[in-house]
Amino acid sequence: MNVLIDKFDVFAGGFWLTLQICFLAAIGALILGAVVAVLRISPVPPLRAVGTTYVNIFRNLPLTVVLFFAAFGLPALGSNADFLRIPGLDSIFSRLGTDLPYFRFGLIALVLYTAAFVCEALRSGVNAVPPGQAEAARSLGLTFGQNLRHVVLPQSWKASVVPLGSVIIAMIKNSALVGFFGVVGDLSQTADQLTSAGGYPFIPVAIGISVGYLIMTVPLGALLDRIEKRQAVAR
Amino acid sequence: MSQQSSVLYDVPGPRQRRVTLISSLVAVVVVLAGAYLFIYRPLADKGQFSMELWGPLVDPSNENFPLVWDRIGYGLKNTLIAAALAIVSSLVVGTLLAVLRIQLKSLTRRRFTGAAAPVAYLLRGLSWVLAAVTRVCVEVFRGLPVVITIFFVARGFPEFGASFDNLWYLVIGLTIYNSVVIAEILRSGMEGLPSGQAEAASAIGLSPFQTTGLILLPQAFRIMLPALISQLVVVLKDTSLGFIISYEETLNIGKQIIGVLGNPIQVYVVIAVLFIAINYSLSKLAQYVQHRLSQGRKSAGTPAPAPPPAALTSQAEGAGGV
Repeated sequence: MNVLIDKFDVFAGGFWLTLQICFLAAIGALILGAVVAVLRISPVPPLRAVGTTYVNIFRNLPLTVVLFFAAFGLPALGSNADFLRIPGLDSIFSRLGTDLPYFRFGLIALVLYTAAFVCEALRSGVNAVPPGQAEAARSLGLTFGQNLRHVVLPQSWKASVVPLGSVIIAMIKNSALVGFFGVVGDLSQTADQLTSAGGYPFIPVAIGISVGYLIMTVPLGALLDRIEKRQAVAR
Repeated sequence: MSQQSSVLYDVPGPRQRRVTLISSLVAVVVVLAGAYLFIYRPLADKGQFSMELWGPLVDPSNENFPLVWDRIGYGLKNTLIAAALAIVSSLVVGTLLAVLRIQLKSLTRRRFTGAAAPVAYLLRGLSWVLAAVTRVCVEVFRGLPVVITIFFVARGFPEFGASFDNLWYLVIGLTIYNSVVIAEILRSGMEGLPSGQAEAASAIGLSPFQTTGLILLPQAFRIMLPALISQLVVVLKDTSLGFIISYEETLNIGKQIIGVLGNPIQVYVVIAVLFIAINYSLSKLAQYVQHRLSQGRKSAGTPAPAPPPAALTSQAEGAGGV
């Protein structure tokens, strides 16, 4: 059990890095997912096709493959994902600005992959709004944009919160994979490093790592359960 | 546009049709230009379209072609074996776990009035503890990433002197995670059933175990079938995690091929297409089953079943795994 106390800073550092990548990836995926969702419900057929293709590709691909593309395909194209070195942001999230690109590659893969699921969560929210609402808005003469902005989206938001939350939880869990793709020092890579290179006993390390992930996922899950129960009563 | 595709906008009139046509053309041009500038140009500049890199994968006359596809077939076979084993075992374990949790929950409500007071208290305490333990196990393994579970299984089992093939580590790791998810899907399916079902079953004298097995479980399976099939897609995708414990599944084989031929982008494109083809057809199957089920419900004249909780279905839709 000593490793938990001796190496507490390592565990805390891993937790902090995992939290950073999850925070950045969540924001990126929410933005990109919203864009794709707009494409998927837009009245212009080619844009709809683009959105559908995007979702079909990334929903059916293992995240591992996406990460391989990002970690080995991007360097083969000569890209170091330098566009993510955003001045200001990289002073807070120091890994964004390092010369080793793997944090940025992992971030790109997570965002691309999660955005597909975010899009589906948002779209399921839009679909949950009774069709009569949108029809009534149309019969009042609202345009597509007005219809979305004033009638459909305010209502769909409620139905989207819970699916969105579980997508984010899944993303936190998926972020464990980047540790195996060259991101040094996140929780999962810490587990590998402490047990194999550090030679520490397995059980305490496993407990420490598990607690690190459970701190992030379980409260969020409990919160979602609560929200869902309250919504069920409200309906 | 004979059939209306969305309730969000009207059937377009002549002007709207013109606007849609023009914006469609603009969108196509923009998308094509973007694809050319950001995908085709960088690829072509780096010579990624050369036959040297693609040949072993697409050209049957290439000397490496049979060898490469032989290896990919081998990896695909391993992936499917691992997926099939994991699916079967997590279905079995998940069903048992769901039944166990339902039974324990009803046990905690029993007062054991037949037994003497201390025995009754002991039994009540015991069932309460067991229910709490299973609940904690479910929450823990649901909250842990699958990668970490597989990694722990592969590292932890040899520590206790139980070493198997890499295949079994992968299957055990996947089973632990997915059986918990499936158990939650089935449990919420059973709890979502009208309470009259269980009441009627106990009224005609079925034991609690019979009630679950004969009445609740079949209905839960039926309602949750689409979610269950989607969970199978997740399992199939998750087998690709075998590479971290160096199980020879498709991705690992791909890595070996890249090590020899040095064409990462091409090999990953081929593997991606394989995965998309398999998983897409599975998702289509899930949709078809859902469609069939909803039609069957309608014609039977029974009320539509309560939709499963959104958190569970969306988790089962593939976001839950990797």
